[in-house]
Amino acid sequence: MTHHKPSLAVYKFSSCDGCQLSILNMEDELLDIAGALDIAYFLEATRAERPGPYDIAIVEGSITTPHEAERIREIRRQSKVLIALGTCATSGGVQALRNFTDAKAYANTVYDHPEFLHYLDTATPIAEHVPVDMELWGCPVNKGQVLEVISALLNNRRPNLPAYSVCLECKRRGTICVLVDKGIPCIGPATQAGCGAICPANGRGCYGCFGPTRSTNLDSLTNILTKLERTPGETVRLFRGISGYAPAFRETADVLLKESK
Amino acid sequence: MPSDRSPEIGSTVSIQKQIFNTLLEKLKAQGYEVVGPHVENETLVYAPIQKLEDLPRGYVTEQEAGSFRLVYTGHTRYFDVIPGAQSWKQFLFPSHANLFTLKKTDGAWEMETPRPTAPAYAFIGVRGCELAAIQIQDNAFLRSDFTDPIYRVTREKAFILAVNCMHPAGTCFCASMGTGPRVQGDADLTLTELEDVFLLNVGSELGRNILAGLPFESASAFVLNAANRGLERATLQMGRNMDTSDLPDLILNNLDHPHWRAIGERCLSCANCTQVCPTCFCWDATDTLSLDGNQTRRERVWDSCFNPGYSYQAGGNTRPTIHSRYRQWMSHKLGTWKVQYGTFGCTGCGRCITWCPAAIDITVEVADLRKEIR
Repeated sequence: MTHHKPSLAVYKFSSCDGCQLSILNMEDELLDIAGALDIAYFLEATRAERPGPYDIAIVEGSITTPHEAERIREIRRQSKVLIALGTCATSGGVQALRNFTDAKAYANTVYDHPEFLHYLDTATPIAEHVPVDMELWGCPVNKGQVLEVISALLNNRRPNLPAYSVCLECKRRGTICVLVDKGIPCIGPATQAGCGAICPANGRGCYGCFGPTRSTNLDSLTNILTKLERTPGETVRLFRGISGYAPAFRETADVLLKESK
Repeated sequence: MPSDRSPEIGSTVSIQKQIFNTLLEKLKAQGYEVVGPHVENETLVYAPIQKLEDLPRGYVTEQEAGSFRLVYTGHTRYFDVIPGAQSWKQFLFPSHANLFTLKKTDGAWEMETPRPTAPAYAFIGVRGCELAAIQIQDNAFLRSDFTDPIYRVTREKAFILAVNCMHPAGTCFCASMGTGPRVQGDADLTLTELEDVFLLNVGSELGRNILAGLPFESASAFVLNAANRGLERATLQMGRNMDTSDLPDLILNNLDHPHWRAIGERCLSCANCTQVCPTCFCWDATDTLSLDGNQTRRERVWDSCFNPGYSYQAGGNTRPTIHSRYRQWMSHKLGTWKVQYGTFGCTGCGRCITWCPAAIDITVEVADLRKEIR
């Protein structure tokens, strides 16, 4: 091969590392990835780092500190294609729960010396700070989808990612609808497919970690879910979960809260 | 007196319930993978069964719009459970199927098409509405000008033991669609369950062979009467009713009626109705390309007209709104299907009503549309 291998950098922001681990978990494909890409910066995989610019940057985590807000701008400058990896990077993730409350009050309760902390009042997705070329949702991401995106970039085609709801994944694997069969609150009808419907297959409702679908009817789903509530406010908590800061889920929870007051 | 001859095709015999185990053994001995209704994880599925006791004896299903409950009442019948979300479609038209692999070697592409293989299934407990649904999918997949090899390989080998429905559920309307509760189509055997015996109507040479040598008696006028009375009662116990007299015109002449928008306000566009529907046959082809670009695999997966990607083409989605997708689905089932295949695409099984999280009821929507037009 005469053409150079595209370089890859993988970065971590506020997150649990689980999405980067999904890359490392691709044990069968990892050698192929290393063969197709020049892994220039990926601290979770290797200490060796090479300076940018990079062809592809994969960014995990959300922006929660002033330093991170600076750093993401530098990474954007260094990267041709920037991919936000996982629900922290695409919607703020679980740490975005602070956006609905007073982060300072928590900091004062938890830490003896909160004055040493440097944090932003909100945890926000990468796209609120810099332009993002592609978003991959999930907590963690589906490693098959990561591979699909890399394959699409290498072969200059559009990635084949589902735009439909988790319901389809339940039916394809033969899982019986937990909402209809057991009355379990589930936001799968409004959540992007990609996880393989793991939670319903294990008898739980979907809590939306792959984020809202592009085409959905949250007003109708809210009407259904509020009737199934086992504890007051359950629907609000369901929407304000891992993808709770995603605009569609955030607005739905806000409307419900306003109505309940 | 019990007989060990084979019964005539078209005749009805009665067997003691425990003899059904011998029948299942014979099917297995002939190489069939026997599948039927089974309770798993506290719900109803179609799964491999080994013996009569694997069937959901003592259970009933309570079905209403948007709600399904499997309830144990302790009755002594094996075939009283009206089916749940799953249908025989999952065996005949599997949700995932490999179509082909393309490999590039020395600059040339080579195609490998797997030869479709499938076990010989024995379907135990196919309802009238379900048998009608299989025949509707036959019309799509086994056409004279084209047959689907994956569907054909399973369908041609399948043994069908159908069951007459004695106790329909709350969302059933097969009587309106002319598909039940008495089994209408061709089955190898058709079973009617009475309190103490199974009646078996012999529909084919295959069915006759399975019964050969089993201790059966020809059905007496008394038990045949009991079966007929039970089926007449079942016809009157349908939970739903669909007036088809003005279909498909009612729908096809009113595609711009505001009622579609009213449905769109409730519809989640989640695709559940299409996935549980035993006649829905839409699929998508997805390609998985290797990183080096030298190998790709094409897979067929279940798709739905409710998915935003389904009607996407150059320039955008031809059905961008939820109400337009619902209208597409219903006007196909009860309208254009008839033009296309000569039958409705609906058999009255009620799954789309039961399994819609938003409790949208096709029988109510048709009736409401009719009311609003008058």
